[in-house]
Amino acid sequence: MLSLVIFLPLFGALFILAAPSLEEKRIKWVALAVTILDFLVSLPLWFRYDGDSGVLFQLGQSAEWIPSLGIRYEVALDGISLLLVLLVTFIMPLVVVGSVKTITRRHREFYTLLLALQTFMLGAFAARDLFLFYMFWELMVVPMFLIIGIWGGKPRIYAALKFFIYTLFGSLPMLVAVLYLYTKLKAQAAADPSIEAAYSLDALSSLTLTLKEQWLCFIAFGLSFAVKVPMFPFHTWLPDAHTEAPTPGSVVLAGVLLKMGGYGFLRFAIPFFPLAVQQAVPALYFFAVVGIVYAALVALVQTDVKRLVAYSSVSHMGLIVLGIFALNPDGVRGGVYQMLAHGLTTGGLFLLVGMLYERRHTREFSEFGGVAHRMPVYAFFFLAITLGSIGMPGLNGFVGEFLIFLGTFRESPVTAFIAVTGVILGAWYMLTTVKKIFFGEIRNDANRSLVDIDRREIAVLAPLLLMIIIMGVMPAPFLNKMEASVQAVVQGYMTAVGR
Amino acid sequence: METLVVLIPLLLLAGSAISGILALAKTRGHEVPDRAISWIACTGPVLAFLFTVLIFNNMGEGQVLVAGYDWILAGGAWIKAGFAVDHLTMVMLMVVTGVGSLIHVYSTGYMKGDGGYARYFCYLNLFMFFMLVLVMANSLLLLFVGWEGVGLCSYLLIGFWWADEAKARAGMKAFLVNRIGDAGFLLGMLAIYKTAGTLNFQDLRTFVAGNPEAFLQGSGFFGVSLATASCLLLFLGATGKSAQIPLYVWLPDAMAGPTPVSALIHAATMVTAGVYMIGRMNFLYALSPTSMIVVSLVGALTAFFAGTIAMTQFDIKKVLAYSTVSQLGYMFIAAGLGAVSVAVFHLVAHAFFKACLFLGSGSVIHAMDGEQDMRKMGGLQRKMPITFITMAVSALAMAGIPPLAGFFSKDEILWKAFSSELGHGWFLWLLGIAAAFCTAVYMGRLIFMTFFGSCRADEKTRAHIHESPKSMTGVLAVLGVGAAVIGFLNVPHFLGGHAAFSHYVDSALMAAGEEPLAAETGSVAVELSLALLSVMVAFAGLMLAWRWWVKDPSLPATYVDRYPEVYELVHDKYRVDEFYQGAIVEPLENVADGTLYKAIDRKGVDGAVNGMARAFRWLGARLASAETGNVRTYVAVMIAGILLVMLSLLT
Repeated sequence: MLSLVIFLPLFGALFILAAPSLEEKRIKWVALAVTILDFLVSLPLWFRYDGDSGVLFQLGQSAEWIPSLGIRYEVALDGISLLLVLLVTFIMPLVVVGSVKTITRRHREFYTLLLALQTFMLGAFAARDLFLFYMFWELMVVPMFLIIGIWGGKPRIYAALKFFIYTLFGSLPMLVAVLYLYTKLKAQAAADPSIEAAYSLDALSSLTLTLKEQWLCFIAFGLSFAVKVPMFPFHTWLPDAHTEAPTPGSVVLAGVLLKMGGYGFLRFAIPFFPLAVQQAVPALYFFAVVGIVYAALVALVQTDVKRLVAYSSVSHMGLIVLGIFALNPDGVRGGVYQMLAHGLTTGGLFLLVGMLYERRHTREFSEFGGVAHRMPVYAFFFLAITLGSIGMPGLNGFVGEFLIFLGTFRESPVTAFIAVTGVILGAWYMLTTVKKIFFGEIRNDANRSLVDIDRREIAVLAPLLLMIIIMGVMPAPFLNKMEASVQAVVQGYMTAVGR
Repeated sequence: METLVVLIPLLLLAGSAISGILALAKTRGHEVPDRAISWIACTGPVLAFLFTVLIFNNMGEGQVLVAGYDWILAGGAWIKAGFAVDHLTMVMLMVVTGVGSLIHVYSTGYMKGDGGYARYFCYLNLFMFFMLVLVMANSLLLLFVGWEGVGLCSYLLIGFWWADEAKARAGMKAFLVNRIGDAGFLLGMLAIYKTAGTLNFQDLRTFVAGNPEAFLQGSGFFGVSLATASCLLLFLGATGKSAQIPLYVWLPDAMAGPTPVSALIHAATMVTAGVYMIGRMNFLYALSPTSMIVVSLVGALTAFFAGTIAMTQFDIKKVLAYSTVSQLGYMFIAAGLGAVSVAVFHLVAHAFFKACLFLGSGSVIHAMDGEQDMRKMGGLQRKMPITFITMAVSALAMAGIPPLAGFFSKDEILWKAFSSELGHGWFLWLLGIAAAFCTAVYMGRLIFMTFFGSCRADEKTRAHIHESPKSMTGVLAVLGVGAAVIGFLNVPHFLGGHAAFSHYVDSALMAAGEEPLAAETGSVAVELSLALLSVMVAFAGLMLAWRWWVKDPSLPATYVDRYPEVYELVHDKYRVDEFYQGAIVEPLENVADGTLYKAIDRKGVDGAVNGMARAFRWLGARLASAETGNVRTYVAVMIAGILLVMLSLLT
């Protein structure tokens, strides 16, 4: 069942590719059908996952793959993976509906790549085998690179290349570290027959590493994750990638792909290299906090809406990292919750920016003003989702932010103090955005003929807004699902460092 | 009872949602009659008021609790979202639903024919919803939901006429200045939660009573105790919401909103939230004398400072705005002295006379075709008799003329300051009495410039100056009567009364047998003579205003000419806005743009990356022969590759 959820989109991609008689116009419908079907298939996962059962990883499936190398096909979900998988399956149909107008050429290739990307993301969140994870992790880059490079804006090649180089810069050391871990385990297995030499995470958990080894591996893994998050100062690929990517690309990038970094820290870096993490925490705090404030300030002076949202993303992701490395239940819980919340709000903001871009083919603030005269329904959604993004209490962003701040405050009040300024700056740049686009009189004649969003666009935004409200008013079901996994991460770390 | 309690906010939320949907439907060309919207919008507040009265009659000494539901899991326990209605909340509910209902009715007249009629009531209902959540919340965190929610509605309503960019900017300023305070509020909550493990008011009170030492330990910041740190952080939030130094700057600009909004949100209800919050948390403030001193000093300074500005403004709404800032200062004097019921009593009295004054000014502005400059008014008393009488009564009430409401409420605050055992009590009293003089002057000035003398408007405007419709004057009358008589609810002992209001509120805040915080010293004779003194000060202020703006209107100009620098400074509001802009906003923007974005981000980090990119491009040129440029081939090769690898390895 879980495998079906993971691979269904890839089958869809193959179908689109393998059916040349399929009309270009029909392809998007196939893609939509596949993503909706995948969402429906993934829904039972939510109901079947039992957070109180005491078993962390559930709904698993496994098969032999390359026994000679200790590589298995092994997938399963814990609470954190479950929520992230559902985030993917929830957001993808909206991405497809949202990209109908944006993608005007090469439909076949685009939807093939998009669906393949979905499988890779789902696979990465569900993988219980380090090698399998690494494979999905690397594969994700390819479709994203092509989506930016082919359907992007003018300097798309530059942006795509930058994205690729950054990612490569992170991934290669990680591959070395992955192989090293396996070799090391194999050596230990030779000495101790109770240890199994495999890439499976369960097997790897019996690996013992010296502090130095932990540090080296943590740097190798961490670099890759930090680029993906992206953490200051590895963030400059993001504004370019976002700005040049077509709307669906930006939505997937902000909504899901960035979470991969935070997820990687939680799933691999913290459990496997706890001693190194413990020593790195002050530095991580520093970079996270600098990132929050720095990116927020830089967002403040952007003249391109999409670039602004991209920097806001960097700032918010800093918060998530801060929460995760508070390494107490509140912080980790907040970090995971914020990943979901940020996926919805920032994904929504990119969709919104895309809708405006489709109409005016520009994203410069100076081109707009008074847009609310012509697009009141659009303005409503923009403001509502903006409020979610800036952590308005009662909406989803607040729950995550509050828990992150609480978790951070428990460890270091000073850090929390600095991080909270991000909340002020966040409201500043987002409300400035709202003001510059929507308020005032229409001065630019090109805006006089703007048409408000249609039913299709409302159908994209309404589910997002609904989830933003539900997750703000009733976060309990989501928090309950992840609780056991959050505790496991924190407990595991505490035991390892002897606290 | 619990059902009623829950229904009160839900009614408003439903009203807001329906009006909001209708507002959006209207933009799509659907016909929605304004009458229908008026009914929908007013039903919620009026029913909420009736329910409040019902609860008031049935609740007795205790409180009504609604346990609520599990909301956020923090620190191993669920923070519940639920309601707790005690006497303090009851008073706030009365004010919010009572004044709220009146202002809804008034708005149906004031906003008639406005293109955003439905949108206006959507926001106004939503505001009341959040305000009700704020006063009914059972925990500091849920209070914060209401706290930020009313801020949001304030933003939406100040910028209601957003086509005017200045108004949109005023709304944004309000939101952002409040956000600064809210960041403090948030940190205060974190400190409290970390220490006590709860944000629920009842549990928190129990915790503080049982373990005061937990809050008395050092906070690690500047050697102050945890109690002081948390209280001051919460108070930072209060200075934002309740417009005190240093965060009051948004409130005068907030007058850009429709006048009923100024009356409801920026005078009667929302801006008093800070006072309410300190009252609610008084058990924690009691642990921190330092924070109490700060609260009352900031209040006293604000009261005087804003009072002086109010005397020099010409925009009728700006006068009222600074007057609100000043009156809120009085409430903080009392709150900082631990005299919560006294603060809340001034809050209630203020809600009546200030709402009446704002709505009256709205009536005037309505008649004057949108003119707000008092220099262009004058002589309106005969043309607008109801507006004149109600505003005059409210002005006298605020100036502290007995037996109107303000006399009782303000005098009690001054007495608390004077009789306080704290060393700075006399200083608070001095600033308070000075501010009282300012109050009398600017209120007298406002009434005299607007309603007395000859009309200074142009012919066209003068021709159709008229009294406002009944929906507006009726509301003015109700509020005017309230401003006149509400004081009798709390006649102090030395005048033969029973201070009934104070007892009602105190019973909610004090455990059995507990004494009010600020113990009183001084005799009835002193109390009486001080009361006489403050009445004399009020009369002196009014006399001065009479001499300057009615008898000899050339007099103010001669004084202005004699001390031009002083006058300009006060008239320019001490140039605090300019200071903030120059010392904080602009440097921050410059650093962000010049240093962070252009130098570090683009040149520094990106420069390094681009260098690498060039190296790769060089490499790429060598490998270009493998590229065909056909994307479909790339994709097919990629997917085929994956499948091949997977299949071959599986077998």
